[in-house]
Formats: sequence, C-alpha cells, structure tokens
Amino acid sequence: MASVLENDLPALREALGAGIISEVEFRGENTLNLSLEALPKALAFCKENLNYELLLDISSLDHFGDDPRFEVVYELASLDDTRHLRLKAKVFEDESVPTSIHLWKAADWHEREVWDMMGIPFSGHPNLKRILMWEGYPFFPLRKDFPLAGRPTDMPDVAFTGVAPLEGGPFVTAPTTADNAKREPRARHQE
Amino acid sequence: MVTAADNPAVAAYDSKIEGNIVFTKVDAAINWMRKNSLWPMPMGLACCAIELMATASSRFDISRFGMEVMRFSPRQADVMIVAGTVTYKMALAVKRVWDQMPEPKWCIAMGACASSGGMYRSYAVLQGIDQLIPVDVYISGCPPRPEALIEGLMKLQEKIELEHSTQDQKKTFFEENA
Repeated sequence: MASVLENDLPALREALGAGIISEVEFRGENTLNLSLEALPKALAFCKENLNYELLLDISSLDHFGDDPRFEVVYELASLDDTRHLRLKAKVFEDESVPTSIHLWKAADWHEREVWDMMGIPFSGHPNLKRILMWEGYPFFPLRKDFPLAGRPTDMPDVAFTGVAPLEGGPFVTAPTTADNAKREPRARHQE
Repeated sequence: MVTAADNPAVAAYDSKIEGNIVFTKVDAAINWMRKNSLWPMPMGLACCAIELMATASSRFDISRFGMEVMRFSPRQADVMIVAGTVTYKMALAVKRVWDQMPEPKWCIAMGACASSGGMYRSYAVLQGIDQLIPVDVYISGCPPRPEALIEGLMKLQEKIELEHSTQDQKKTFFEENA
C-alpha cells in the first residue's frame, strides 16, 4: 500500500537530515524517531510547510533504567483526517523540551499534563503548572519508580494522599488459555 | 352547653380536634418527622450519581419516602449521599460540604468507591469516605441499582427510628449541670 505520506516523508528527510534517527512504518502508521534538537524544527516544519493543522496528543514514556530516560511522543494529523504522523524524541532526565504552544494552542494542556504526570519540563511554556494533581504535590505519579499504591503526602487545607492497600495486587490479567481463576487471579505476587 | 366563659377548665379541650389527639413520646414524634423528611445532599462524583438520579426520578421515585427534596445547599440537607469515587483532590471539598450541614445529619456511602475506594487501588483515590466523615449506611454495588439505594435509605430510616435525641440531650444537660 502506498503511503499517504509519500510527499511528506521525503520533505521531512530533506529538511531534517541527520535529525531523523530512524523511521518506522507499522500497519500504516508512520513514526519518526528524532533527536531532541531536531524536534522543534520538525514540528514547525510539519505545521507550516506540511499543513498538519491538528496536534492530537502529546504523551510520554518512562524507560526507567535507560539513558536517556524519557521519551515524548507527538501525534499530528491533518484536519481532513487523511494524514497522521507520529514524532518521537528521547529526553534525558535533566533536559527540557521546547514548548510548541506557538504552533498549536492545544499543546498548552498536553504539555502541562506531561509535566504533571511524568515530570518532563517544557521550556518556554507560559503557565507550566500542574493540571491534574494540585500545586505542591511533590511526586510525578506516572514515573516507573512511583508505586501504584501511592505515597503519603499532606498539604493542610489543600489535599492529602495515602497509600492504597494492594493486597498482593495489582490485579492484572495475562494472555493464557487457562480458566478465569488462573487468568485473573485475585492477587498475583510479584517476585 | 358549657362554654369556656362558664368553666375555664374546658378551655384547653376542643371537641372539634378531639379525634386527632395522639399520645406519644417526644423522641418518637421527632424520629417520625425526621425519618419521613430526609432531605438528601447529592454528592454525585461518578457513575453512582447516574443511579442516584434514576432513584429520584419517576420510575423509582424516592418521594414515596419523603426524600425527593434534593438540596444543593448543604445548609438545608439532612443526609449526604456520597455517590461515586472520592479522589484525594475532591476529598477535602466533600469534608467541607459535610461540615456545613446542620445537625442532625447522616451519611450514606453509595457504592464500592465511596465505601472502600473500590477498584481504584491507586495514588489518586481516597480509600473510603469513612476516613474523613462518619458513615451510617454502606451500600454495595458498582454502581448499586436504585433499589439498593432505596434499601439503604430505608435502613437509615430504621436507624433514625431508634435514636433517643431528647433523652440524650436531657442526659447531657444533667451531666453538665450536676
């Protein structure tokens, strides 16, 4: 199947050169792995030259134990929904990602969410404060080294948190042909 | 005919309402009035609130029990129905609303989340509203059906029936002034 991005990808290759670390196509989804330096240039090029009017999402990954530790993922789309493009860039723990608010206003809350949950800072963001947790909450809950049960905190008159009893959980399923009791155990003890 | 002017002793007795006199204890009368006009404070926080709304509407109709007067001001409410997941972010707001409700007041934890945190064993969710405010009735279910909520409210009515509010007040009064 010919890619609908057959014009976009060569243009991006030409504009970014060595900034593209690798390209992945999987089931019609195109992903470009970029260096963090090339990311803002790539985003601006996609918005201004290739007419990706829509920023669908900014998400993030925590490759705990690896270096660079984090990765940001940008999902772009054209407004007529014919073209989708995913841009990824790895981020070291002490690095910050340049904001893309000047390109898409949608980036505002997405970047705040990434900051709130994963603790990746965005440089140039005019209002980089927490969006889901409250201002002053000391942890980044979606990091791999943060326990699912949570950690106790207390901010008087604002909010507090406690530790949830997991009772041997988390209760997860694993793909198997075994019966329900084995597939969804009440508790699976982790080694 | 003997009138009040003739005999002051009969002035306190009016034959027109003779048949409507009921002898009871103050506590029993107060409990009867309280239990049949429970005004709920709907603390709808998640999907349980949908069942709460269904309970209030015509098919299930809690006005049969005098509970249809949902008060969105805590100052006019008697029973807080905590319907849904209480996140830590919301927890102190729920507590604040509870503190604004005048005594006597009761609390119903509706559904698994309000009772125990439910399936949300996570950093974000309070593991049961009873950690912050005293709960009178817990209702199981995820979410509970309207019948279950009505059952819970009727259990609360039974509980109110057994209260001794004036007796307790009198006891405290004498203890304090002994």
